[in-house]
Amino acid sequence: MDEIIRHILEILENDARTSPEEIATLTGTSAQEISQTIAKLEETGVIRHYKTIVDWDLVGENYVYAVIELKVTLERNQGYQAIAERIYKFPEVRSVRLLSGNYDISLTVRGKSMKDVAFFVAEKIATLDQIQSTSTHFVLKTYKEDGVILHEPESITRLPISF
Amino acid sequence: MRPPCDPSKFIAEAVKSIPPSGIRRFFDLVSGLEDIISLGVGEPDFITPWHIREMCIHSLEKGQTSYTSNSGLPELRDELAKTYYRRYGLDYNPASEVLITTGVSEALDIAVRAVVNPGDEVIVVQPSYVAYVPSVVLAGGKPVIVSTHRNDEFSLTAEALKPAITSKTKAIILNFPNNPTGAIMEQEGMEDIADLVVENDLFVISDEVYECLTYEGRHVPFSSLEGMKDRTVMLNGFSKAYAMTGLRLGFAMGAPDIIHSMMMIHQYSMLCAPITAQIGAIEALRNGKGEMERMVREYDRRRHFVVKGFNSIGLECFNPKGAFYAFPYIGDTGLSSSDFAERLLNEKKVVTIPGDVFGEAGEGFLRCAYAASLDDLKKAIDRMGDFVDGLKQ
Repeated sequence: MDEIIRHILEILENDARTSPEEIATLTGTSAQEISQTIAKLEETGVIRHYKTIVDWDLVGENYVYAVIELKVTLERNQGYQAIAERIYKFPEVRSVRLLSGNYDISLTVRGKSMKDVAFFVAEKIATLDQIQSTSTHFVLKTYKEDGVILHEPESITRLPISF
Repeated sequence: MRPPCDPSKFIAEAVKSIPPSGIRRFFDLVSGLEDIISLGVGEPDFITPWHIREMCIHSLEKGQTSYTSNSGLPELRDELAKTYYRRYGLDYNPASEVLITTGVSEALDIAVRAVVNPGDEVIVVQPSYVAYVPSVVLAGGKPVIVSTHRNDEFSLTAEALKPAITSKTKAIILNFPNNPTGAIMEQEGMEDIADLVVENDLFVISDEVYECLTYEGRHVPFSSLEGMKDRTVMLNGFSKAYAMTGLRLGFAMGAPDIIHSMMMIHQYSMLCAPITAQIGAIEALRNGKGEMERMVREYDRRRHFVVKGFNSIGLECFNPKGAFYAFPYIGDTGLSSSDFAERLLNEKKVVTIPGDVFGEAGEGFLRCAYAASLDDLKKAIDRMGDFVDGLKQ
């Protein structure tokens, strides 16, 4: 991989708001070159999306999250992809993954209350023909999300002066 | 009653002859201030990567708290030998040509003591790390200073080195990538130095602790130059590359006679390097490349930022290709390095190190470590810009 592309992706993955001018300064290139490269990365789908990690609790929006394990019966002419597509179109569903092991698909679902999530799973997911069984695990606390640790960072003190 | 005594009379002459650190005053100044941004550090702002710390913790849980062999854990010496063969084709025998030390600091001390006889001259290239001159003095040697200059981007030239060599010259201490300037040496320039080394039958102590922090070009170990392996002891460590400063782990690689002599001193003074750090170092060499390269890329971005920043506020700064220091020129402001640094600290609360601390050749410059967060670097450059503007009025 081109070193500049690696720099751009690392910078944006860490802070998507970094401007092309800032990235240019950090990499010793021109803002124009950076803008062009980013445009190309967006076009080719290397950069999928820019988003913000929000702590909704702090504004009183106490969302409930659950991880749902699904066992699936595959039907003739239909693979996992078709089931995944049916499921991921619900806005309540935050992530969908096909896994190896005891069950097939793992979902993350977000709702306003436990009841909300439980009803969503019972009515919308469990009732799908291909779903053999569901198992719902409510999230009690998230410690780290998408590489970001969600509490005060470890503070270390260095000497202000050393050689 | 027995008479009182003045214990200072017991102090050895060699110790007394070491000049006091020019930085002591700064420690006192800093301790009273708040909202300080420090570019005064000589260590990474990263924490040791977790996989390394986790390995150290695991070893403690298992009860690995014993001495190791004087030379260091065989697995660690093996990994080092493999690493340097892989990186540079350097072929060191892990059993006889590698010594694990308590930081590069110890390696430096015992390397100098292993080769210097009283009265021997040792060439110290400045600006450079503050320990070289005292190490030579404590070993009874005579430090001879050779200066590097801004016009050469603080690289050592054969022309500068040649006049300093006398019949008493025993060794030369090199430090590239350099603390405090961030300078590196290109292979071509190093070959010229190597010719002089052979011509005058010198030994080379090469402190390459910033090896992995080389951003442009490729690091060339002095020992990898043709004919230099047996004339050079390479000193290196884990502090900078793997953010392991406080774990105190370094190493030396060189000819068996040299390493054995260093080991003789080491076994009676240090016995062995701490085992916990050695275990962490094995993990660093085996699995630390990704994290290390990630940190290096981060430093590289900050490097671009600060160099551009200093030049934009009117402090001319050459492009440092290694380490994590920028060395802007402040001579045009009319202030000395220490006056500039002290006023900057008092008026704008930014800590920098005056260049003359690293030798006279550093006068007119400031050492600014960019091993700090980008936010802090931005604030520091803004404050320094205000300070420089204020001086013009």
